[in-house]
Amino acid sequence: MLSLITAVVKPHVVEDVKAALQTAGASGMTITEVSGFGRQKGHTETYRGAEYEVSFIPKVRIDVVVEAERADELAHVIMEAARTNTIGDGKIWITDVGRLYRVRTGDTGTEAL
Amino acid sequence: MRHKLMWGAALCGAAVLVTATPALAQGVPDITAESVQANLDNVFVLLAAVLVIFMQAGFALVEAGLTRAKSVANIMMKNLMDFCAGAIAFFAVGYAFAFGSGNDFIGSGGWFLGDDAFQYGTLTVPVTFVFQVAFAATAATIVSGAMAERTKFKSYFVYSIFISALIYPIVVHWNWGGGWLAQLDTPFHDFAGSTMVHQVGGVAALMGALVLGPRIGKYGPDGKPRAIPGHNIPFAVLGTFVLLVGWYGFNPGSELAADGAIGGIAVTTTISAATGAICAMLAIWVKAGKPDVAMAANGMLAGLVAITAGCAAVSNVGALIIGAAAGVIVVGSVLLFDRLRVDDPVGAISVHGVCGAFGTLCVGLFATADTDFWKQGLFYGGGADQLVTQAIGVVTVFAFVAITAGALFLGIKRTIGLRVTPEEEMAGLDVEEHGTPGYAPEPAFAMHASVRQPAAQLTGAPTAGR
Repeated sequence: MLSLITAVVKPHVVEDVKAALQTAGASGMTITEVSGFGRQKGHTETYRGAEYEVSFIPKVRIDVVVEAERADELAHVIMEAARTNTIGDGKIWITDVGRLYRVRTGDTGTEAL
Repeated sequence: MRHKLMWGAALCGAAVLVTATPALAQGVPDITAESVQANLDNVFVLLAAVLVIFMQAGFALVEAGLTRAKSVANIMMKNLMDFCAGAIAFFAVGYAFAFGSGNDFIGSGGWFLGDDAFQYGTLTVPVTFVFQVAFAATAATIVSGAMAERTKFKSYFVYSIFISALIYPIVVHWNWGGGWLAQLDTPFHDFAGSTMVHQVGGVAALMGALVLGPRIGKYGPDGKPRAIPGHNIPFAVLGTFVLLVGWYGFNPGSELAADGAIGGIAVTTTISAATGAICAMLAIWVKAGKPDVAMAANGMLAGLVAITAGCAAVSNVGALIIGAAAGVIVVGSVLLFDRLRVDDPVGAISVHGVCGAFGTLCVGLFATADTDFWKQGLFYGGGADQLVTQAIGVVTVFAFVAITAGALFLGIKRTIGLRVTPEEEMAGLDVEEHGTPGYAPEPAFAMHASVRQPAAQLTGAPTAGR
């Protein structure tokens, strides 16, 4: 069984998350630049004295496929590394992965990690 | 330039102007060779001053290009404001401290360009001032790159007032203002400011970077330096070209006259800039395996800074050697400061501080012949007199700027604070310091709520009552 951990975090913690995941034994990760909002509903910035709403704040989305039994442990690793104790630290969710293939070898399942 | 900074010359020029002006006022031009020459001098030096002011654009681009996008508005703002704060501070008091008669240490007189304001040779007071304020602004703006990406804007603003009002003018008075360095048995010679301008800026940059500490992430947990690549190499190279063009005002303009010497000065400047870039490229190629673009650009600036002191005194071959050496020195210096945990994102300390000092010493080595303004250098059989004087200047200017700029930055740190919070530094300075990012977010992402307007307005349909 495999799980996909998806984390949406502040851009500047990505290096820390990467280091923590590597230390914890994750074999790879994919990141995407994304924008979004949570409970805070964005914030305002000012330009030439006028305010404007920034509804979608830049974040980085991290996707990691792991063995299902390690998913919660690694989610906690990400959480520790990404936490700044300020608004907008992000979210993490875990979903089941149906099948996984490794492109070069055709390996499947945990072999493909 | 200021090798001619003697009061006799100034009085002589004033006399020329006095005789030329009444004729023009009567509407019957009494054109003499002297009046034409005086006007030519003023035109040339004013144009040179404009070229030097354009160097501000070069500095802004180089510094923006070699730092990260998230603080790009901040570094542009620092470049904009250090010129403005510096110009007003130099106009108010700096020019008087630098060029007023005063004593051997500091000048006095001509505050706010009022009575007794200094004028040089055939140049008018306004032309002399505009040329000098361009140099003061150059010294001030060198520092912003070394302190990039982590300095509070208001603190930098305060710094830029002090360097242009006090620190730079005092150093200038020692030499170009007729102070103690100009009165040594063998007078100090810094034609256009390797030490007066660039070393002053470079040492202030060093003190700023030391007091601030490195950017977060510059050094790994093992203490090894990590590269933080700049976000726009085209900016950095374009800025370097702008600086090169500006230097044709900086060096030839420092002749302070439209005479036969300016062409030769332009040639030594060109040669040193080119060899500086080539040799920096070769040095980093050998060291790191690739011809690094940003380092080659630093090399061109290193060659320019190094030739600035001796551009009128050395031969073309001398310029070739000075530029080549500066290109190698700047690469070694950048790598050394990186290891010493002095985080200088744009290489300002190495380019301006180290190569400025080196170029100043080179006058004592490469000056080809004895003149009224400098003695023949060591390599041409002239002995070590000039070299010793140059070393005295380099060391005392280093000590003075290190102490005063160090005290200034420590004072700012204790009072209004010098460095932004770690959170702000990580997020980039643009939004927290200035309200909006340098590269605005896409409107569809960020601004659709606030630009929503009545449909009639959006489609341009006529609306009643407007």
